[in-house]
Amino acid sequence: MPDSFPPGSVGLVAPAVFRFDTPLALSCGRTLPGFELVVETYGELNAARSNAVLICHALSGHHHAAGFHDPADTKPGWWDHYIGPGKPIDTDRFYVVCLNNIGGCHGSTGPRALNPETGGPWGKHFPPLRVRDWVASQALLADRLGIAQWAAVIGGSLGGMNAMRWAVEHPERVRHCLVIASAMKLTAQNIAFNEIARRAIRSDPDFHDGDFAEYGVVPRNGLALARMVGHVTYLSDALMGERFGRELRSGSFQHGLDAPVQFAVESYLHHQGDKFAESFDANTYLLITKMLDYFDLAREYGDDPVRAFARTQARFLVVSFSSDWRFAPERSREIVRALVGARRDVSYTCVESDFGHDAFLLPNPRYEAVMGAYLKRVAETC
Amino acid sequence: MLRVELDVVQRWIAPGSRVLDLGCGDGALLDLLKASRGIEGYGIEIDASKITQCIARGINVIEADLDQGLADFPDKSFDTVLMTNSLQVLRRPDRTIAEMLRIGRECVVTFPNFGNIRTRLSLIARGRMPVTRQLPYEWYDTPNIHFCTVNDFEDLCRQLGTRILDREFVGEQFPDQLLQAAWPNLFCATAVYHLATDI
Repeated sequence: MPDSFPPGSVGLVAPAVFRFDTPLALSCGRTLPGFELVVETYGELNAARSNAVLICHALSGHHHAAGFHDPADTKPGWWDHYIGPGKPIDTDRFYVVCLNNIGGCHGSTGPRALNPETGGPWGKHFPPLRVRDWVASQALLADRLGIAQWAAVIGGSLGGMNAMRWAVEHPERVRHCLVIASAMKLTAQNIAFNEIARRAIRSDPDFHDGDFAEYGVVPRNGLALARMVGHVTYLSDALMGERFGRELRSGSFQHGLDAPVQFAVESYLHHQGDKFAESFDANTYLLITKMLDYFDLAREYGDDPVRAFARTQARFLVVSFSSDWRFAPERSREIVRALVGARRDVSYTCVESDFGHDAFLLPNPRYEAVMGAYLKRVAETC
Repeated sequence: MLRVELDVVQRWIAPGSRVLDLGCGDGALLDLLKASRGIEGYGIEIDASKITQCIARGINVIEADLDQGLADFPDKSFDTVLMTNSLQVLRRPDRTIAEMLRIGRECVVTFPNFGNIRTRLSLIARGRMPVTRQLPYEWYDTPNIHFCTVNDFEDLCRQLGTRILDREFVGEQFPDQLLQAAWPNLFCATAVYHLATDI
């Protein structure tokens, strides 16, 4: 069976569910009575328990980061290009932990899960979360797995915020922090795009003020529209021009014809939106985009990122992508500036790419070389 | 980098100091200073493959274009700002030197001396831009766009109000090494300067 998987793949993987019965005090003041996390791990924890790496997912990510759930699967996990034997996040050397975070919609406790108090799904009543709540739940997972200190915490975008929060709040538990295409806080433009997406969802008649599950419907249009807006902002103008240009999918420019014209980029976006609406939960989308908007690394540290980073003990690698305008290289340089101000060890590079924000998920030889070079050293000191 | 040049640079870096190395290349110098002087700090580099090499050897490297200025670094935030053999590739070397003096309490700069006798003779005899062992490029493909001589550099230091704490001249071979003490601008191949701002 494993022979049928591509070389460098972790092969067939299966998620595990971890149940936590201790109440989790959230930053909103409410308490989650208990929760479940869906987790995938790749590679082996060494005897010293010093080679564990935490992968932090972004807005639409989940626990399935690498390998295949079924030999018939056509697509591997979302970061398969970077996780596997011999890959930058080398599963021959690291014990890689990926989870679906609380508030998510891929099996961990979130709006789709049952609220023990009502017996029905949490839906819109799921408590609002902050990135620090994810860190708190991940810390309980680390305790359960017997991991006192992560060799590295790695994340892109929202996952990068998650990784930085780890390094700031649990300095002694993070040896290396890899922050990719991220920011210490969102810009007004970035929040604006999130609000457009949220309004698309809320204004779908099938949303029913978040109670759509009770009506047995899904706000598909709203979700699809939210994803379409997001998707445009995750790519660059140059890439869309190169990939789609003004190619027609149907119809013609010929005068006198009424046949509707559809550009290739339109059908692509509709496909992406519809696919997303099939699997993603609308309440989760609202909840996690709010986590993004509210994230502010330094708010609790006198709005001084240098003070926040002065707490950290980790070494940092910060990576941005040249055409990323949603989490622009300048946001990464702000992180680096604060880390230098705090006298932390940090390396920074801006990788040349046309793929916009999505570049952090996609194959890119230079990005692979940088990640590989950095993590090879991390592995040597495990 | 020549062994002698390296020895001079090392001598001027105080043990345990905080160092910023502009145009750090593959990080070899910082690596060495870490081992020999126990320094901490960062390299600045623009070349993608060299940045990866720095990362591979565990040297802190920050991608930046020196010609865009160094506004990310506060005044006097480093003990020493270093720049070896990069002065001549900058668009405005004067501005970069001024930035170095702003960021560092002290600076160490090395550059090839264009006033060297071999360069002069090459230009006079051949009537063409000099191509030497140290400067192997043709005029049209050279990254070196702002050559200067030892005298030119000292003029710039005076204009910038810089104090020259120390200077050393590194010659190519015998007899240059003997003659450069008396006539540095003629016989030194690489000049090494230790600078500070007059306060």
